[in-house]
Amino acid sequence: MHVLTEYPILTILIFLPLAGCLLLLPVWNCRVSARPIALGVALLELALSVWLYVSRQDLPGVQTKLPGYLLSQDAPWIPSFGIRYTLGLDGISLLMVMLTAFTFCMALLVSWNSIKEKTGLFLTLMLTMEAGIMGVFLALDLALFYLFWEVMLIPMFFMIGIWGHGRKIYSTIKFFLFTMFGSLLMLLAIIFLHLLHAQQTGLATFGLHDLLKTQLPADTQLWLFAAFFLAFAIKFPLFPLHTWLPDAHTDAPTAGSVVLAGLLLKTGSYGLIRFGYPLFPQAAQALTPLFYTLALISIIYASLVAFAQEDMKRLIAYSSIGHMGYVAIGIAAWQPVALSGSILQMASHGVTTGALFCLVGMLDERAHTREIAAFGGLWGNIPKYSFFFLLFSLASLGLPGLNNFVGEFLVLTGTMKKSPLVAALAFVGIVLTLIYTVRLVQEVLFQKERQPLPLADLSLREICILAAFAAVAVWMGIHPAPLLDLVHAPVQLLTGGGL
Amino acid sequence: MFDNVWLIPLFPLIGFLINGFFGKKIKNEAVIGGIGTLMIFMSFIVSCGILLQMIGLPPEQRVFEKVLFPWIHSGNFKADMAFLVDPLSAVMIMVVTGVGSLIHLYSIGYMHGEEGFYRFFAYLNLFCMSMLLLVLGNNMLVMFIGWEGVGLCSYLLIGYYFHKKSAGDAAKKAFVMNRVGDFGFLIGLFTLYWWFGSNHNIWTINFTEIKAASHLLPYGGVVTVATLCFFVGATGKSAQIPLFTWLPDAMEGPTPVSALIHAATMVTAGVYMIGRMSFVFIKSPETMMVIAVVGAATAIFAATIGTAQNDIKRVLAYSTVSQLGFMFLAMGVGAFTAGIFHLMTHAFFKACLFLGSGSVIHSMHHALHKIHSHDDAQDMRNMGGLRSAMPITFITFLVSTIAISGIPGFSGFFSKDEILWQAFANPYHGGLNIVLWGVGALAACFTAFYMFRLVFMTFFGECRINAKAKSYLHESPLVITIPLMVLGFLAAVGGYIGLPKLIGDMFGGIPNYFEHWLEPVFALANQYSAQYAHHGAHPSHAFEWSLMGLSVVIALIGIGIAFTMYVQNKDLPGKFTATFPALHRAVYNKWYIDELYDFIFVNPCKAFGQFLWKGFDVIVVDGVVNGVANVVMGFSGIFRYIQSGYIYNYAFSMALGVVAILGYYIFK
Repeated sequence: MHVLTEYPILTILIFLPLAGCLLLLPVWNCRVSARPIALGVALLELALSVWLYVSRQDLPGVQTKLPGYLLSQDAPWIPSFGIRYTLGLDGISLLMVMLTAFTFCMALLVSWNSIKEKTGLFLTLMLTMEAGIMGVFLALDLALFYLFWEVMLIPMFFMIGIWGHGRKIYSTIKFFLFTMFGSLLMLLAIIFLHLLHAQQTGLATFGLHDLLKTQLPADTQLWLFAAFFLAFAIKFPLFPLHTWLPDAHTDAPTAGSVVLAGLLLKTGSYGLIRFGYPLFPQAAQALTPLFYTLALISIIYASLVAFAQEDMKRLIAYSSIGHMGYVAIGIAAWQPVALSGSILQMASHGVTTGALFCLVGMLDERAHTREIAAFGGLWGNIPKYSFFFLLFSLASLGLPGLNNFVGEFLVLTGTMKKSPLVAALAFVGIVLTLIYTVRLVQEVLFQKERQPLPLADLSLREICILAAFAAVAVWMGIHPAPLLDLVHAPVQLLTGGGL
Repeated sequence: MFDNVWLIPLFPLIGFLINGFFGKKIKNEAVIGGIGTLMIFMSFIVSCGILLQMIGLPPEQRVFEKVLFPWIHSGNFKADMAFLVDPLSAVMIMVVTGVGSLIHLYSIGYMHGEEGFYRFFAYLNLFCMSMLLLVLGNNMLVMFIGWEGVGLCSYLLIGYYFHKKSAGDAAKKAFVMNRVGDFGFLIGLFTLYWWFGSNHNIWTINFTEIKAASHLLPYGGVVTVATLCFFVGATGKSAQIPLFTWLPDAMEGPTPVSALIHAATMVTAGVYMIGRMSFVFIKSPETMMVIAVVGAATAIFAATIGTAQNDIKRVLAYSTVSQLGFMFLAMGVGAFTAGIFHLMTHAFFKACLFLGSGSVIHSMHHALHKIHSHDDAQDMRNMGGLRSAMPITFITFLVSTIAISGIPGFSGFFSKDEILWQAFANPYHGGLNIVLWGVGALAACFTAFYMFRLVFMTFFGECRINAKAKSYLHESPLVITIPLMVLGFLAAVGGYIGLPKLIGDMFGGIPNYFEHWLEPVFALANQYSAQYAHHGAHPSHAFEWSLMGLSVVIALIGIGIAFTMYVQNKDLPGKFTATFPALHRAVYNKWYIDELYDFIFVNPCKAFGQFLWKGFDVIVVDGVVNGVANVVMGFSGIFRYIQSGYIYNYAFSMALGVVAILGYYIFK
């Protein structure tokens, strides 16, 4: 028996950050000692998830209830309502868990010096959020999933509201309203599904693998899926539900943006893959044209708008919408190659965009502005910074050999099979992506030096952050085979095999 | 030796890493340039080894594949990081590493004293690596890494003088236009992949496997769609109509870049790609027709523009576009060998011409700098009479000019004449063949004209810069002239490995080595073409001779006109412009194609983005949301109150939230 199966490793993944919060209490006001504790916990999480990844082939796998899962845990939690504490880890979750652990390490490091007030609270919120996101990616009981879903959102409201800049209150309320609206609809749908299942079978359950067997009339299915879809589409975000994102990103602190783009957006796509499509396959099928349309509009619309932006952070925020549009297309195609591409793109986008937000944050710390027009010729001024800026811009525009290419390529390959027209239109987005990204690079790195002050080049800490991002980006671009292998089995199960 | 093929792209990669990361600390130009040049030269040695080994093998065994590691594997989709060595890629790696080495060497002299010297060599090495991946890839996706990689390096190198806005804009334009082409490449790839997969359960993007299964492809239909898409990719990379306008602007980059990327290697990628997939392209007569027509049209169109430019590099740039048109014309009439042959000879003479122009610019720049003049060192109107000051540059330049003009005995004659002959004799395009030949011949006439115009304006006549500056003009150092001499030599004699049968027979049956060499690569395509095109009665030798003679006469006419206008009677150009001002303005302004594209694509796109953001996003979508938000203003007030309070408040409200949610579930 593998050592990992002897401990409730999934529970540890979720509750370790919460335990970290307790450790922070004694040093609440002491920034110097609180930061290493939080970082230590995050690193421990990363180590755990990497260990899981490395030893994934030695895990016996879960045979009985959850085929295709590597690890699972199941215990009754609130028996009177049939709510169980069910966790499961398959290849998709594992990839997301690794992304989460990695992103939090980076987010903590990038905010190392910039968060000067209420550090204890900030770190607590970060760790709580990590616990919540881990839970979202592991929960297989819908009630549990919903709980984690809320746990991960609440700290983000505070993070934008307290440590943000600009119109932070406006932005956080906007974010709050959008997400709450979606969450509540999803909650209603979950309860409705629960009741329906209880009515049919007499079994009160929120477990995903029981609910999958619920018989749903077509129109009910459509309504329930619509509710789920709305909640997840807001998270994606899909046009026209996207306007919270540019504001939230622009006004959030850097760490907040990194987590938001790297992870919170992914919970939407993950939710669709894990719950939305398997629970309501016919409805999903019926809504595919709508999904395609929204995704395509998102890609093209966001790319065009990104081109017109004057604030770097806002530009990257819009680019995020565009990139997530590819994830959406891959899910809508619901085809193994495209879906694998979507899942890989989720991870890739987290890395690339996370790094870009870090870069903008670093520039903001130096120059106290993010206006594109305020910069120029950085290449001559701060070459190390510029190198990373160029690298991640190239990754973002989908240069082969770097991470984003693999995901987007597979999405388009798969979609081409299902609907060539959609794939062809999505290509327009690829050209547009290049245009606005090159414009950003051009204005900021090249041309005449415009910035008023001589800026300092990267510090060692910043180099470490960006080098870690870069290593992952290059590795995912050159050798994505193991990751694709990781998601292969679950994707086959989800799409029912076939092409 | 075949097994070591991975070393070929690896060496430049190492060079890139060393110079890219440590170049700034190394500082010493000789070391940086030395590393860069050595790395590509090592690749050249390995390439030579591979070539020699291949020559030793019987033709049918000259194919080798080397799989390094699995790259993208997802379900049925498999793309390995793998290389294909065959006679075609052998020619390409020899050209890339050989000409590449010379240009690296040249750059040590040319870039001397430039800020960011290390950056230049890092990019050059990275470019070579990408280009080698492009030609060595055994599947479309590895080719695509190279395809995009060379685009990136081209972007970085055009924008090398990044403080200059014009350089940045040119770089951006090149990148975007290439990306538009890539769009076609990928769609083509998908089309072939899914067609083979769903119809024949063959899931592959591997060239060898597609070749083996190519008999399953129908003539026309899906193949036309796929190949037209691929061809769109080729027009972007190889600067053909309609995606050619980036190449002349790319002259903003340093001159060695123009020689390496925008003449000898990258821009030929499209031609190579068609050659690599000849067995697919040949199955679509429609696409072949399009390629031939676009090639011929580009050849003549760019040649006309070349006649009116005054910037020495721009003339060469349009000349490159035009010569690439010749290569596509060859591909389009099924003369794959001739196309690749012209690719190779063009690499020699055009690299020599660009490097020679660089040598001129270098010297002019130096002289103008000495007298603190701000005159344009690249404008031919400031030059003249340089042949006495720069004899080596002049002679090599002249040899290459003769070669490109198609004067018998020099490399360009053999390759270009072969293309024109094939355009005429090809059985594919019905009555169009005479048109194709005619347009090609006319373009050749223009070529001879503008090239000799360039030579006369630059090297002959009176020196037009002031007398003081004239004394500073000097021949370039050896590190610059050695590559010129080598390339000049190749431009002169490189054509003899591909002697036309007609001439070979005259000298006791010297075979066309080049054709025999590429025979195994294109045999299948030729076989397919025989199935649909009827090779009529072969025109007589006498006819072939007279056609050849005609093309020589045409070239001589071009030279003659140039001589009359720019040496004998120098008022003529002025009179000509005065007589036809509109025509001259249109040609000088490149037929206003840039302005047209700005009007149709660029400006509307910009305006639309602004409108969507300021108009739609902020007013319409946010308007609705803010309306909702205003309703809950009270809530916002509470939030503001909480926000400004103590940390306990936050902890408290957090706890409250959690309790509320838990409570909801427990006490519902």
